[in-house]
Amino acid sequence: MQRRTFLQGSLAGGAVAVAVGAGLLSPRSVMAAWPEGAFNAKSVQDAMSGLFGSADSTATGDIKIKAPDIAENGAVVPVSVNTSIGGTSKIAIIAEKNGQPLAASFDLGKGAQGFVSTRIKMGKTSDVIAVVEAGGKRFSARKNVKVTIGGCGG
Amino acid sequence: MAKSIRVRAKAKGDTTTVKALITHPMETGLRKNKKTGKKIPAHYIQEVTCKHNGANVMTAHWGPAVSKNPYVSIQLSGAAAGDSIELSWVDNKGGKDTTSTKVK
Repeated sequence: MQRRTFLQGSLAGGAVAVAVGAGLLSPRSVMAAWPEGAFNAKSVQDAMSGLFGSADSTATGDIKIKAPDIAENGAVVPVSVNTSIGGTSKIAIIAEKNGQPLAASFDLGKGAQGFVSTRIKMGKTSDVIAVVEAGGKRFSARKNVKVTIGGCGG
Repeated sequence: MAKSIRVRAKAKGDTTTVKALITHPMETGLRKNKKTGKKIPAHYIQEVTCKHNGANVMTAHWGPAVSKNPYVSIQLSGAAAGDSIELSWVDNKGGKDTTSTKVK
């Protein structure tokens, strides 16, 4: 029974692979596009340079970060980023004191509004930094989140 | 790996909110198996894409710091009820899944 569902699943997976291959993004180019250097970076500066090509950003009040003041469980910290900056092309979420600070980056295409929401892991109390790229410029905002139980490793 | 994604898209005025939940362990590679003391290998989603009527609207690159069974939500403008929304992910071991839904 389990074997049967597994086979059906892999068949469906194969069909998906064909669909993806026929589409705009082939899996190979998808994997190559993953910014490995930025995700493996140990500091916020290195992660920013790896992702955006520059570590500079302008602090702005036009980015709203919604995250809890105190996160009881660092393994699941809900973070929403909402920006009113026009032409937002990329939003990155960085947990400053994580071993690998960069948690996620979102490339937004035409039709997507400046909003992303997800859940991240945080090792300890630190700032969550949202970096927004719009029109070749980078803007950032930060919010402190207190973590009572860490969510990385352990 | 079929059926690992649950996705909803709801139109309200000009804004369509897409919400998705993906079932995935999101192992960081830092955790240890308590019984054997060996590290559990990293296994996490690296890329999530969202398409609206076949056009790419969002490509997310994730590291291992995204929570287990990830949740992601984005907002689109210019989408109407009945439009197709397709969501897919690829992980660091080459696993992947795709699902699609209609905007409500």
